[in-house]
Amino acid sequence: MARLNVDIKDLRLKNPVLTASGTFGYGLEFADFVPLDELGGIIVKGTTLAPREGNDYPRMAETPMGMLNCVGLQNKGVDFFCESIYPQIKEIRTNMIVNVSGSSPENYAACAERIATLDRIPAIELNISCPNVKDGGMAFGVTCQGAASVVSAVRKVYPKTLIVKLSPNVTNIADIARACEAEGADSVSLINTLMGMAVDIEKRQPLLSIRTGGLSGPAVKPVALRMVYDVAHAVKIPVIGLGGISNATDALEFMMCGATAIEIGTANFIDPSVTMKVIREMNAWLDRHGVRDVREIIGVIA
Amino acid sequence: MKKYNLDLKILSVERLSATHVVLKLTSPDPLPPMVPGQFVELLVDHSSTTFLRRPISINFVDIAANELWLLIAAVGDGTRRLSSLLPGDTVNCIFPLGNGFTMPANPSSRVLLVGGGVGVAPLLYFGKALQEAHHHATFLLGARSAKDLLELDLFNKYGRVYVTTEDGSQGEKGFVTDHSLLQSERFDQISTCGPKPMMVSVARYALEKGIFCEASLENKMACGVGACLCCVEKTVEGNQCVCKEGPVFNVKDLLWHV
Repeated sequence: MARLNVDIKDLRLKNPVLTASGTFGYGLEFADFVPLDELGGIIVKGTTLAPREGNDYPRMAETPMGMLNCVGLQNKGVDFFCESIYPQIKEIRTNMIVNVSGSSPENYAACAERIATLDRIPAIELNISCPNVKDGGMAFGVTCQGAASVVSAVRKVYPKTLIVKLSPNVTNIADIARACEAEGADSVSLINTLMGMAVDIEKRQPLLSIRTGGLSGPAVKPVALRMVYDVAHAVKIPVIGLGGISNATDALEFMMCGATAIEIGTANFIDPSVTMKVIREMNAWLDRHGVRDVREIIGVIA
Repeated sequence: MKKYNLDLKILSVERLSATHVVLKLTSPDPLPPMVPGQFVELLVDHSSTTFLRRPISINFVDIAANELWLLIAAVGDGTRRLSSLLPGDTVNCIFPLGNGFTMPANPSSRVLLVGGGVGVAPLLYFGKALQEAHHHATFLLGARSAKDLLELDLFNKYGRVYVTTEDGSQGEKGFVTDHSLLQSERFDQISTCGPKPMMVSVARYALEKGIFCEASLENKMACGVGACLCCVEKTVEGNQCVCKEGPVFNVKDLLWHV
């Protein structure tokens, strides 16, 4: 039994396995399949200051070894989260992390400030990388200046652990990561989805209501891995890796490339219990190789 | 209801037509409770093109035999692969998912169950539940042609069966909503599952007559548990997940242009 706990600044994870925002609901949806307390953490649905209805159906298209989505940050807003969701999830004995999104530095900050008042939420993940909304989202994540403006505004009002989720739809993701670090981000997580398209050739129409969507699943894993490797070599803050992770091998690849922790997303749709398998198999791999502490493998690839 | 993630074993496969099969599944342990209208998410193994699970409605549950029946129409790669499974194979299932049809509150209610194509599937199990609760089920089942009508012998066990075919090869010619039954009889409740234009017509009929009516939807979905928000339908409560808040909806709550 290897030591599995890792730290993201002040955030203590009992193991490196988190669930990715938008793929695990508020955790409760998976309670029949996963002992939630045994996860390193749960990153809940993207939350915005005001409620959002999201985009029209169809919002999803299956692609080879992956899927496109254009959900568009459907959520009932931060007040609803604080009043109706938080009471249901605050007793879950793992790190409950809220993914925060917005359309201006000011409303990102206002949303983060509300979440900061919740005792049992030790961290937020700032979503500057949603490809499916017109107002804000990825617009902030594709330039260093845009990323810096949001991180700076949120950092002023948010004293707990601040993770920034990066977009892969950029020329140089390491530059964006450096800009976030310079403004006081405690960690960066990557990658959000890659923008893509799919077409119904019979109808001669896009399969998604807003034409484009974000690609996730095993199809994106090699791209994500390379970006995690680049970012881990560009910043000193801990990096959280995600993108197509479906098993312990994938998770260990990300950690060897420099990720301190990992998030599992789309794989939850294929196997709702996948997170527990990853933790178990990661442990078994470490034992088999005589590694006593998972931290020994972080960034072993120079 | 508690959800399970189980490997179920295929006992038998019945071929109903060139494109329809019924998989009869079982488990060494008693199958969990399931209500009519709920569905199962099946894992499709060993395919590079079918990545997501396939949601399939519960066709029938035989508690005594510990069997779960799934009626599958082979329409794409995933359902074709599921249709070609053989007795002895196992298939990983997440179930039971979603909410079922509403059982009538009043005793001896007259319930009309309207199904089209493979959409007849959940109505069989609901018909059985209605009979057991001493309600009166009437089935109105539509298909393109006589050869596409499914499980008529089984529906006959649980109520009267009326049929329409688009080519007139069996029953009345036309769509289910053209059937003379709708003009000659009155029902207390309607449940429908099938192509959306058919369900919209059924909803229109029910709303005109002031009859409580539920429709079972099949929007494209990923997770099946209300996490990904992909399978949404517009309702009076905003976008709701077909997988979690549905798949059965009161048609009054749907923003359909009836």
